[in-house]
Amino acid sequence: MADDLIVDPDIAPQRVADSGMLGPGPEPQLGKAIASISPWQEAWRRFKRHRLAYWSLWVLGFMVLAVLLGPLFYKVGINEVDFQSRLAGPSLKHPMGTDDLGRDILARVLYGGRISLAVGMAAMLMAISVGVLIGAVAGMARGWVDAVLMWVTDLFLSLPQLPLLLLLIFLFREPLKQAFGLELGIFILIVTVIGGFRWMPVARLVRAQFFSLREKEFVEAARALGASTPRQVVRHILPNSLGPVIVAATIDVAAAIIAESTLSFLGLGFPPDIPTWGRILYDGRDYMDLAVHWAMFPGLAIFLTVLTINFIGDGLRDALDPRRVL
Amino acid sequence: MLNYIFRRLLIVLPSLLGISIVLFTVLALAPGDPFEELATNPNVPAEVRMLLRQQFGLDDPVWQRYLRWLTSMLRGDWGFSFQSRVNVDQLILQRLPTTIVVIGLSQLLAILIALPVGVLAAVKPYSWFDRIASTLAFIGFSLPTFFTGIVFILFFSIYLGWFPFVYRSDISSTGWQFFWDHFKQSIMPITVLGLAQAASMMRYVRSSVLDVVRLDYVTTARSKGLNERAVITKHVVRNALIPVVTLVALQMPAVFGGAIVTEQIFRVPGIGSLLIDAILRNDTPVIMAVTFVLSCLVIFFNLLADIIYGWLDPRISYG
Amino acid sequence: MPLLDIRGLKTHFKTDDGWLHAVDGVDIAIEAGQTVSVVGESGCGKSVTAKTVLKLIDMPPGKIVAGQVLWQGRDLVPLGPQEMQKIRAKEIAIIFQEPMTSLNPVFTIGEQIAESVRLHEGLSKKAALDRAVEMLKLVNIPTPQRRVNDYPHQFSGGMRQRVMIAIALACNPKLVIADEPTTALDVTIQAQILELLQSLKDRFGMAVMLITHAMGVVAEVAQRVVVMYAGKVVEEAPVGELFARPLHPYTQGLIRSIPRLDTAAIHKVRLEAIPGTVPKLIEPAEGCRFAGRCKYVAPACRTATPPLLEVNPGHKVACILHPAAT
Repeated sequence: MADDLIVDPDIAPQRVADSGMLGPGPEPQLGKAIASISPWQEAWRRFKRHRLAYWSLWVLGFMVLAVLLGPLFYKVGINEVDFQSRLAGPSLKHPMGTDDLGRDILARVLYGGRISLAVGMAAMLMAISVGVLIGAVAGMARGWVDAVLMWVTDLFLSLPQLPLLLLLIFLFREPLKQAFGLELGIFILIVTVIGGFRWMPVARLVRAQFFSLREKEFVEAARALGASTPRQVVRHILPNSLGPVIVAATIDVAAAIIAESTLSFLGLGFPPDIPTWGRILYDGRDYMDLAVHWAMFPGLAIFLTVLTINFIGDGLRDALDPRRVL
Repeated sequence: MLNYIFRRLLIVLPSLLGISIVLFTVLALAPGDPFEELATNPNVPAEVRMLLRQQFGLDDPVWQRYLRWLTSMLRGDWGFSFQSRVNVDQLILQRLPTTIVVIGLSQLLAILIALPVGVLAAVKPYSWFDRIASTLAFIGFSLPTFFTGIVFILFFSIYLGWFPFVYRSDISSTGWQFFWDHFKQSIMPITVLGLAQAASMMRYVRSSVLDVVRLDYVTTARSKGLNERAVITKHVVRNALIPVVTLVALQMPAVFGGAIVTEQIFRVPGIGSLLIDAILRNDTPVIMAVTFVLSCLVIFFNLLADIIYGWLDPRISYG
Repeated sequence: MPLLDIRGLKTHFKTDDGWLHAVDGVDIAIEAGQTVSVVGESGCGKSVTAKTVLKLIDMPPGKIVAGQVLWQGRDLVPLGPQEMQKIRAKEIAIIFQEPMTSLNPVFTIGEQIAESVRLHEGLSKKAALDRAVEMLKLVNIPTPQRRVNDYPHQFSGGMRQRVMIAIALACNPKLVIADEPTTALDVTIQAQILELLQSLKDRFGMAVMLITHAMGVVAEVAQRVVVMYAGKVVEEAPVGELFARPLHPYTQGLIRSIPRLDTAAIHKVRLEAIPGTVPKLIEPAEGCRFAGRCKYVAPACRTATPPLLEVNPGHKVACILHPAAT
């Protein structure tokens, strides 16, 4: 019968209780009319329901703005030495106090924030690019290509990250410094090394998505219409795998920031005169009893940044995964 | 089951090999002379340095050096530390137990906290208990371990004066006092590591229980007339633990990383701090050996997780 | 007095868009030893009704808004969890639709059958296991002594459903609710399972509430049929009467849409499908819910919901076309 082939144009991807009671399409004469909304609006709505994530978005946004625009308004230098006010607690003049050389900690924290954010974003981009590439190739090619790629992924996953991180930085610090200059060289090294250890979960995720989406009808339909493999991937599969990847990316930024601070803290990060948050903490840890603010502020900065990012990631997970129990 | 274990072991060997190749290549590619350090050491005359270079075959092609290193590792000859003039295996054996104990106890603490809290939170999702527990969990794994460690020292050692913050392995007391002294100095690093682990573990447990609770066989269990408590503890938890075990094992590399940091802060003489010292002093044999040992430990824990997984899930062992 | 008497049951679910009226005023009576079949298409509320009897619905988001569930005269609706637990499996047992996922994968089926026996009859582990073996024999599983120690994944779908039946009957309940027990199985296995249910019923004399959307099955096993649509009962009659004289347009449509091999060759009758789809049940408006699809629809149908009235002895219909017997 022809009726069976008519597709109801009013089918909207509504998510109602899992009772399976919903029929497709609204009947205007019965029941409450339900407006249809796009998937992005739906995702935003679900995101907002996660209050901690919602507020974290604002807090993080404020922090990013402060870090980016702060130095324009707060013109204290990061290396301005002022022996008279050394180890001073927070005051109007020095809102976060000063360190043992009288340098203003707020200015240094703002500067360090830029570095942390840059490192976080860059490492995340690297991890995501490599992960998506490898996961996509493994997912599409399957067979022995997949087996090899997965073995490599598992290998990297078994490597103890921090020791190798330390090792690589220690070994390659000099040559990179020489090649790219002090700051850029270390930046490249740290980003590569941190990103290089975070692509594996992304690759696995993407591969799993590819496996499941590959066989889905809409991809088969595209194939039947003559779409080449790259086209299938880019237009059909990738957009649908984005959800978990976005969540993973958010978590990666947080992890990268922690990794960078840890390296700085262990003395193997950026050069000592560059005030990354980890470095400031490292400098301040011996003065905890005298000037607790010195280590506290950068510590709190790291903590707040990572916390807000983690909440946002959780909110994104709720928003983008339609099977989530809300 | 034995079949399964055997298959797992077979995968382990190429992985170990792969890791050793990666490590060795990294070190080989790195510029810098491991003997640079010795060059500045006035006690080592130039001829001896030359001899050592020959002995260690530093001028040979990479693959030869690798094979030599591999065979000697397998033979149990782990080389000689440049710095401490002690056999590397001795050095590691001295310090490994401390690290293992700290990590082991912290994992235990984490499980003791995460399991009940995670299950309770998942059973009543979005209740006040769940909200508080989840928020605390987020705070827990957003705090870098070095920060928590420092705060602990500040609070418990300096402010309250309860625990010492420098670890001493040469405690002279005996009997109960010995254990008590050890306890006092290790409780902080164990707690710092344990709480961080508990935070992420709790989230895994919660998520896994939430997934399982919706499954059909849980409804079947309820339809038999079991009370809710029995349904959860008997039917849900056993199934929910399965993915958690794998996730915990996958986190092992990160746990070792955390251990390295806590060993630095609390100056615990484990292999973590050994590694850092070795790196800062260019002590290549130690670096190679420690990194290799850590990799082996990670692989070992993965294997253990696989075995536990196989034991918990009859679909694997009776496949 | 009927064994189970559901009166005016309303189970609603809270959703983002409002309350979903899954079961909206349902009356079903089952006498001891009777087989009553509840039919209707997916989403009409039959499963929810069944689960509400044993309070196996998640409450929240579900809620029994009105009505009574009288079990041997006693209303189950106000009962607390402890009392419900005494009724489940011992008095009323339920078999679910999906045998592949209804058994716990980490316990042997022997343990799973023994569980309810030990719970309700306090038998020792050994005695309970013996009973499990007996039950397996009863449901025609070969080599039960050995199979009792096997795990669910070692059984096929049909066998697992037999195990579910064994679990349901283990404590000799007075009523067995079978929620689409054969829907997920192959056709040949379906017949076997139905035969098994029938023979067990003959042997033990329990009442059966068979929920299904397959009219063919109904004709085979039921004594009375209750037809549900969109959360309400629209017709109820003894099975012969229903098939001979279906009164509600929906029932007529259901029966006419059964493919018939015997008459197809002779009559070449076109298979009738009922046009349209089930309405959304979120805060539905007044009026007959079938109005949108009914070929006899009149303006009066949309203003008031027709009540379920007895038009012939034992035959009830909810349609203005069939007023009550005078």
